[in-house]
Amino acid sequence: MNPQLFQLICFYAFSFVTVAAALSVITLRNTVHAVLALVLTFFSTACLWMLAEAEFLALALIVVYVGAVMVLFLFVVMMLDIDQEKMREGFVKFLPVGLIVALAMLAEMLGLIGVRAMHVQIMGANPATVAGMSNTAWLGRALYTQYLLPFEIAALILTVGVVAAVALTLRQRGDMRHESASQQVAVNPRDRIRIVKMASERPAGESPATPQESKP
Amino acid sequence: MVDQLIQQLLWPIIFILCITVPLIIAVAMFVYWERKVIGWMHVRLGPNKIGPFGLLQAFADVVKLLIKEVILPTNANKFLYYLAPLLALIPALAAWAVVPFSSKMVLSNANAGVLYLLAMTSLGVYGIILAGWASNSRYALLGAMRSAAQVISYELAMGLCLVCVLVLAGSLNLTDIVNAQAGHKGLFNWYWLPLLPVFVIYFISGVAETNRAPFDVAEGESEIVAGFHVEYSGSAFAIFFLAEYANMILISFLASILFMGGWLSPLQGVITADVSPWVNWIWTGGFIWLFIKAFLFAFMFLWFRATFPRYRYDQIMRLGWKVLIPIAIVWVLVAGCMKYYGWVGVGMGA
Repeated sequence: MNPQLFQLICFYAFSFVTVAAALSVITLRNTVHAVLALVLTFFSTACLWMLAEAEFLALALIVVYVGAVMVLFLFVVMMLDIDQEKMREGFVKFLPVGLIVALAMLAEMLGLIGVRAMHVQIMGANPATVAGMSNTAWLGRALYTQYLLPFEIAALILTVGVVAAVALTLRQRGDMRHESASQQVAVNPRDRIRIVKMASERPAGESPATPQESKP
Repeated sequence: MVDQLIQQLLWPIIFILCITVPLIIAVAMFVYWERKVIGWMHVRLGPNKIGPFGLLQAFADVVKLLIKEVILPTNANKFLYYLAPLLALIPALAAWAVVPFSSKMVLSNANAGVLYLLAMTSLGVYGIILAGWASNSRYALLGAMRSAAQVISYELAMGLCLVCVLVLAGSLNLTDIVNAQAGHKGLFNWYWLPLLPVFVIYFISGVAETNRAPFDVAEGESEIVAGFHVEYSGSAFAIFFLAEYANMILISFLASILFMGGWLSPLQGVITADVSPWVNWIWTGGFIWLFIKAFLFAFMFLWFRATFPRYRYDQIMRLGWKVLIPIAIVWVLVAGCMKYYGWVGVGMGA
C-alpha cells in the first residue's frame, strides 16, 4: 500500500467520524452522550490535524479541550438534572427562529466558500519542512518572534477573562468559617494540652489492699 | 505488496506487543511486590501460599477476576458502563508508545513526545468520570467528582514541571531530553539537581494523578467504599486495576527519564574503561539503569502508601493550587535564567 493512499483512507475515515460525531452532538437526547460525542469530535479533529502535520496544534487540542475543558463541561452536565420533556416543550414555538438563524449561517458560509473558490490559490510548501525543523519548533519560533505582539495580547485577554470570571463568581458570605491551613500546621501541641506529671494517689481513708468498691 | 504490508503493519504490531505484554506481566508482579512490601512494613508475611514465595498469587487473582461475573447495576447506563474501563486502559497503554528504553529502543521517536504523554495522561480521567456516572451509584459519583477535580488540578502542576525540563533540554523529544542530561559529572549532570523542587513536585503530582495514597480520596475506602469503581466486578474491575498500575509504572519511568537521566549511568564520565560489552553498560548506560531507577520510583509509591495517612480533600486542593503550582511557576523562570545565562549546559558540552 503506498503511503499517500493510506493517508487518504485515514483522512476520509477521520473526517467521517468527525462529521458523524458532530451530528450526534445535536441529535442525541441524553446530554451526557452529547458531551461525549463532542469529545469524540475534538479527538478526531486532532487526528485530522495530525495528518496535516500540525502535531503541536493537534496535541494541544487534546490536552486543552479534551483533557481539561470538556472534563469540566462533562462535570457540569452530570450535575444537572434536566427534564427532557420540559426541554422539548417550546420546540415548535422556537423552530422558525432557529431555522432563520440556521439559514442565515448557511448562506454566509456558502458565500465564504464561494468567494474562496473563485480565487484558487495553491497552498505553499509546509514552512516547517522548508525551514528543516519540527512543526513545534517552527511554531514556537514564529510565535515568539514574528507574532510576539498578537501572542502577548491574546495572553492578556485570557488573563483578563480569568480575573473577570473569578470576580463575577466570588461571593463573600458572612456565615462561612474558614480555617487557615498555615495556622493549623503551626500549632504546637504544648499550647493545646498541658501534661501534668503526678504521683498516683487514692482517696484518703482507704487501704490499698481492700478497696471499698469491691465489697458487695 | 505483501512485503510492504508486513513492513508497515506486522512489525509495529509485534513491537507494540513487545511492550504491552511485558507491561501487563510487570503489573501483575508489581501487585505481588506491593502486597509483599506492605506486608513487611506491617510486620506481616504478605502472600506466601500460591507458588514459591507466593509468586503466583497475582496470576491466581487474575484468573479469579476473569471468571467472575460482571454485574450491571440497576438503571446503570449499559453502554457507558462497559466503555469506561476501556477508556481508562487505552490511554494508559497508548502512552507507552513514546517511552524510550535506551538510545535506540523506542517504538515511536516522536518529536512532540512530551506533549503526547500529557495528552494521553489527561485522557485517562474520562474512564474514571464515566465509570462514576454510569454506575448509577452515589459513592461512585462522589469518587468520580473528587478524582476529576484532583486530576485536573495536579495536571497543571505536572505540566509546569515538564515545561522546566523542556526549557533546559530544548526539545519535546524524550530521547533528546535524556541525551541532554549526558555529561562527565555522573549523576550531577541530570536534571534533578538544577530542578530539585520541580522534581519533587513532579513526583507528588504523579502520585496524585494516579489517585494513589496519600491522595487516594477518589477511592477512599473509609468514606466512599471504593469510589468510582465500587460497582465494578470481575474483569471490568481488573481492567481498572491494570490501568491504575500501568499508570504508576509509567509515572516511575517518566520521573526517571525526565529527571534522573533515563538509561544513562550514574557513573557516566567517571569511569571510561572498556572491559567487555557485558560489563560496559554499568558506566556507559543501558536500559538496565532505566529499569533500576523506575523500580526505585515504583517502590516509593508503595512506601508512601504504607507510610502516610490519607489527605483531607480540601488539603489536597490547597496543596495543589497554593503550594505546588506557584513553586513550579517560579521555577519555570529560574530554569529560563539557568538556560539564558548558561548555568546548566546541554549534553556532552557541560
